[in-house]
Amino acid sequence: MTAVLQAHGLGKRYGRRWALTDCDLEVPSGHVVGLVGPNGAGKSTLLNLAVGMLSPTTGTVEVLGTAAGTQQAKVGYVAQDTPTYSRLSITDHLKLGARLNPGWDDSLAQQRIQHLGLDPKQRAGKLSGGQRAQLALTLGLAKRPDLLILDEPVAALDPLARREFLQDLMQAVAEQELSVVLSSHLVSDVERACDYLIVLVDSRVQVNGEIDSLLATHFRLTGPRRNAKDLPRDQHVVTESHTDRQSTFLIRTDKPILDPAWNVSQLTLEDLVLAYMGRTAPAQPERPLLEVHR
Amino acid sequence: MIWLTWRQFRVQFLVVGSVVAAAIVILAVTGPGLADDYQRLTTEFIRNLGFQRLNPQLHYIGQALLYAVPPVIGAFWGAPLIARELETGTHRLVWSQSIGRRRWLATKIGMTGLSAIAITGLLSLAVTWWSDPIDDAINAGQESNTYLPRMFPPVFSARGLVPVGYAAFAFALGVAVGLVVRRTLVALAVTLAVVILVQILTPTFIRPHLMAPTDRTIVASAENIRGFMLDGSGPSPQVKQIEVATGVVGAWKLTDETVDKSGKALSVLPSWTIDCEPGGPPGTARETSPNPKRDACFQRLADEGYRQHVRYFTADTFWALQWREFGLFMLLALGLTGFSFWRIRRDLS
Amino acid sequence: MGLKMIEFHLDGRSGVSPYQQIVQQVRNALRLGLLREGDQLPTVKDVVATLAINPNTVLKAYRELEHEGLVQARPGRGTFVTRTLTDNTLAAHGPLRQDLRRWLAKARKAGLDDESIEALFLTTFRTAAQEDIA
Repeated sequence: MTAVLQAHGLGKRYGRRWALTDCDLEVPSGHVVGLVGPNGAGKSTLLNLAVGMLSPTTGTVEVLGTAAGTQQAKVGYVAQDTPTYSRLSITDHLKLGARLNPGWDDSLAQQRIQHLGLDPKQRAGKLSGGQRAQLALTLGLAKRPDLLILDEPVAALDPLARREFLQDLMQAVAEQELSVVLSSHLVSDVERACDYLIVLVDSRVQVNGEIDSLLATHFRLTGPRRNAKDLPRDQHVVTESHTDRQSTFLIRTDKPILDPAWNVSQLTLEDLVLAYMGRTAPAQPERPLLEVHR
Repeated sequence: MIWLTWRQFRVQFLVVGSVVAAAIVILAVTGPGLADDYQRLTTEFIRNLGFQRLNPQLHYIGQALLYAVPPVIGAFWGAPLIARELETGTHRLVWSQSIGRRRWLATKIGMTGLSAIAITGLLSLAVTWWSDPIDDAINAGQESNTYLPRMFPPVFSARGLVPVGYAAFAFALGVAVGLVVRRTLVALAVTLAVVILVQILTPTFIRPHLMAPTDRTIVASAENIRGFMLDGSGPSPQVKQIEVATGVVGAWKLTDETVDKSGKALSVLPSWTIDCEPGGPPGTARETSPNPKRDACFQRLADEGYRQHVRYFTADTFWALQWREFGLFMLLALGLTGFSFWRIRRDLS
Repeated sequence: MGLKMIEFHLDGRSGVSPYQQIVQQVRNALRLGLLREGDQLPTVKDVVATLAINPNTVLKAYRELEHEGLVQARPGRGTFVTRTLTDNTLAAHGPLRQDLRRWLAKARKAGLDDESIEALFLTTFRTAAQEDIA
């Protein structure tokens, strides 16, 4: 399976601050990828690197098999705050797309504008935020890309506009066999729309993978008070909290959990994301590989 | 991309273009009449202009326009070219279409820059052609208080190729400043200020060095003396400077200094030269009345080896100097454009 | 083509994953007779356009239903119901519903509010289910 986005040791520095550190990713095609993390974590930086707006300080980033920014015809991009030319009309924007993109599908673009009920002669500056976002999405979709990258496209939109935007995006994914990378800080949107997750905190990738397999390998263990280093080595602790008598661990493991002392429960995507966003740098001390006596 | 450039550029082009077009039309219409006047009136031509209203105004307007167009083009065509895209974030929209940054820039700079050169060139052509009778008459020696020879700085920058060079330079400067500063208004202000400064300072600091001027020594006399500067008042002021006429009509004098017999330039002349002071303005009765003290002073100046060292450009160097100044500013424009192409590859998220 | 037989909805706070909710809603519709043999399930495109969910989620749900033998995907035409779940229980629904109504009326007369009724039902339901297992 071809990877739609690959990063090896990717890092980006601004002056003294590292916006992105040591990023390794291999995102398969055919997914809708949710990129989540707190503000300032490096989401925009990663996306800008993927479209070639920025160049890496360390490492490499490849999109659709070639260096980022080289296959612009196959990569659509909707930037944060969905910039548009405020003095140009909607028709002008479509003409822009048609003239500047070889693979432009004009009937798709016109259809979408009609379906959205927008007046083609209207200047982009007079549109509402939601309408501008839809225009930017139209421009991104009508060039028929293999990959569409969206940087917090719905962050500034009201709930209805947000829902409509996502509906249209998901419909396009269903119709066009499109891979999407979407950054957001609304876990509810990610839960509905995405099937692959990347969590970025403090300039580092904390976890990434298919959401189904992530949810199948992360568990919440509650039980009597215990130390993290007493857990089997194949159970990687994500977060832990303790009271005098009780311990709660959020772990990641591929193996079955055999210790009967634990109450094991599944996690929701929100639990998972919050856990990775809330923890400090993971330091896994060496733990003995325990056998559970049955 | 050509369509997009035009779509974004059309208002700015039409504003400047219509003003320039109107000027060209008016000049084209009145030009032949002026040329006829010159043919008819010959030596009375310039004097006759003093009685007219329209033509002197047109002469002034043509000159003012040619001075105004380069900074306007630099500030309003050049500065917003990249700065506005960066400021509004639309670069993130247009640079992710399937066009590289360099091709985008090349089309924008190419179309807008060539328009700038064409518009300024046409205007300069019209003004130069229209003013030709006047320039010719002045260079033939007709006297005037209003019209200067075209070698003189105020006129030189409003003739021929030099305005085109300025326009190209201003445009390229505006683009580069806009790219670095990323704010339209700031780039506009900076470009305007720099271009105007360049227009003001070039005649003094750059133009004299573009070619080797004519270098001569002249003996000062009561006939050719033109300037006499005293410093301090009271019983014994000092003579600081004497200036003479080059004797060459239409020439632009660069320097005029008094040198002693060993060739050293003097900042203060000997006190006895106070007697050389001209009587009055040239042509008046006081001046032509004989004054033996004055004659003796000039004689002494000549005998003791004092000469005026003058450097000037003759009228026939007009085009040579035009080409060089034009070439210099075109080179600067190319350099600035090259810088913009290099700089645009940098991170601009 | 066919009329729209059922509409899906997603409860974001139920704790149940989206694909499970779709599977459950199809099963419920089958049980209640809202979906009959030969009916077409909403197309992936339609579901996705209404709910704004990932198409793979819908595909996964439909595949699971196919795996259970309830529906069948016909390439190029859609997904169609092959078996209902009503069977013999549908007949019992009527009287059971009436019993439930009577019980609910009694609970309200006793002064229980909605939450208490729901809590009472759920705890009884769960303990009874556990007793069945044990």
